[in-house]
Amino acid sequence: MKHNLLFAGKNFIRMILLLAAVSVATFALVSASPIDPLQANVGQAALGSMSEAQKEKLRSYWGVDEPPVQRYLNWAKDALRGDFGTSLLYRQPVTSVIAVKLSNSLFLLVIAWIISGLLGFLLGVIAGVFRGRPADRLVKGYCLVIASTPAFWLALLLLLIFSVWLKVLPIGLSVPIGMEASGVTFLDRVRHAILPALTLSITGISNVALHTREKMIDIMESDYVLFAQARGEKAGSIVRRHALRNVLLPALTLQFASISEIIGGSVLVEQVFSYPGLGQAAVAAGTGSDVPLLMGITLITAAIVFLGNFIANLLYGVVDPRIRKGGRRT
Amino acid sequence: MSCTGKRHILEIDELSVSFYQYENDHSSRQVELPVISRLSVSVHEGEIVAVVGSSGSGKSLLAHAILGMLPYNARVSGQMYFDGELLTAEKMKELRGNKIAFVPQSTTYLDPLMKVGEQVSQGRKNAARRQRQRSLFARYGLEKDVDNKYPFECSGGMTRRVLLTSALMDEPELIIADEPTPGMDLALAKKSMEDFRIFADEGHGVLLITHDIELALEVADRVAVFYAGTTIEEAPVADFASEETLRHPYTKALWRAMPQNGFVPLPGVQPYVKDMPQGCPFGPRCSMYSEKCQGDIPMQRVGCATVRCVQYKGEPLAVEAHHIHGETAPAPHHTKT
Ligand SMILES: Nc1ncnc2c1ncn2[C@@H]1O[C@H](COP(=O)(O)OP(=O)(O)OP(=O)(O)O)[C@@H](O)[C@H]1O
Ligand code: SF4
Ligand SMILES: [Mg+2]
Repeated sequence: MKHNLLFAGKNFIRMILLLAAVSVATFALVSASPIDPLQANVGQAALGSMSEAQKEKLRSYWGVDEPPVQRYLNWAKDALRGDFGTSLLYRQPVTSVIAVKLSNSLFLLVIAWIISGLLGFLLGVIAGVFRGRPADRLVKGYCLVIASTPAFWLALLLLLIFSVWLKVLPIGLSVPIGMEASGVTFLDRVRHAILPALTLSITGISNVALHTREKMIDIMESDYVLFAQARGEKAGSIVRRHALRNVLLPALTLQFASISEIIGGSVLVEQVFSYPGLGQAAVAAGTGSDVPLLMGITLITAAIVFLGNFIANLLYGVVDPRIRKGGRRT
Repeated sequence: MSCTGKRHILEIDELSVSFYQYENDHSSRQVELPVISRLSVSVHEGEIVAVVGSSGSGKSLLAHAILGMLPYNARVSGQMYFDGELLTAEKMKELRGNKIAFVPQSTTYLDPLMKVGEQVSQGRKNAARRQRQRSLFARYGLEKDVDNKYPFECSGGMTRRVLLTSALMDEPELIIADEPTPGMDLALAKKSMEDFRIFADEGHGVLLITHDIELALEVADRVAVFYAGTTIEEAPVADFASEETLRHPYTKALWRAMPQNGFVPLPGVQPYVKDMPQGCPFGPRCSMYSEKCQGDIPMQRVGCATVRCVQYKGEPLAVEAHHIHGETAPAPHHTKT
């Protein structure tokens, strides 16, 4: 118990440090960005016709008149109190913008995460067990093709097939265009999430499957599987009793570690499908110099990724008897 | 067959094993690494046959070859017979865990994520097997709480005992034990050897792999001496009473190296597969080395023993001729001239 508390405490401190580092890095990058927020958001022509006083007002709105360090400190002071500022683009509190976008994205991310995790695991196990046979070659071939296909290209392909040619699925957005929020049904949301989730899953599967396959091959060649064979255990029983048990641990870690990849992939995919999620908001905030929003988004994604890894560690401790009983954490 | 005229349980004839490996990290050319060459050894009913030899002489590989546990890059040639029947890969799958039991050399042969009790009994559900596992554990001083331990929680000696009990679970004809005793305390090592003796006396066979020649002489009926991937002599334990009754220069050197026989070490080391000498592998260390030793040296039968050395003239081992008859009319009790 004491040990677990210590573990949780250590990780909490680590997370705070990580978030601080991420916020500094993001801020530094935005400050160094060549994009002039005034030109980008107001437009060259409009800017030219404005009076100096108007420009001054805009400058202070976009925060360009203060030195970056000062701005960062101001932001950090507020953030520590839980106030992440107001999005310059959406003119709403950053937290509420993120809440809306995140709930849109989560829908996508969770579906893709579960599908790619389960299918990837299944395919990886099959490929590893039947190494070198047709099933393995099929899975490997699929993974290698997908791994060398850019996610946005795949997204466009799916769009072409399902939305343009077959016309069975909507082209973009997360809800039907021009519909009242209250009129949107769950089914609508699902229909809009299918293609982006599919793209993310298809790309996610290959990574999980290849890693699981690697592990599975190692296990099938391990001394304990050899010994089980030497004791007359049949292939099915070996997979069930020994291989699955041993591959589950690395697969679990991989699954939680893959959160970062799915989130990374979602930025591109949401862009292609104009899916109004966190990824798209991140792109908008970045190109539009919406510093408060960008900071909020990077922090929340960093925290999600960190939590994923943290949960993986916790689960490891629960599942792996060597850690559970030995109290060793590596 | 042998001087005892007993039934062969296991007979291995000119077994060769080689590994195919890439020459180095940057090359796509594969080289063949012969690790066992033309090895012959046999186990009769009622016998404990000890396989002795220094580290790297191929003892574990022999066990793995018999059980069909070699890695995929290994090539095997030669014949193996079990109860007079040719041991094919298919046949082996039928026999292992049933007629042939194996005690592996190291802890890594246990599933790290399964409790040892469940591992030995191969399942939780079968009450009879559970009970048998418990009584075997008890016999080897493994308390009830050991059943629920994971391999990482067991000491080296405990693991040995767990591995040993796994071989005693079923009622095999043959036990192949790869270094079963290191790490066990003396009393338990003795007990395990007694159990092997009882098992053999019931008409079964034991192939006991060890590098401890004294242990081998204490419990075995015959000793097969390995050197650089092959048997150089197979002799009854009685022949180890004096240097004169032994045949091969290496066996004699092993004898002289024993504490009670003068403790004279043999200079030099066993050659590694990559730089195996031409002809007799023992040549570079042999004081009797002559030109004749450079050629191919067959295994020969001399009295009740077999030896691979040009100094001896005996009859060749002719296992195949014998077994061709054995296959058409499978006779469990055949004799060989
Ligand atoms: N997978 C492999 N690939 C290549 N060479 C191998 C492989 N496995 C074993 N060898 C080589 O085969 C030889 C015999 O190994 P083996 O494990 O049978 O020795 P051993 O007599 O059991 O030794 P020990 O007493 O240390 O257990 C060694 O030289 C070893 O390096
Ligand atoms: S064959 Fe020659 S080198 Fe080999 S052991 Fe006999 S005498 Fe020595
Ligand atoms: Mg060995």
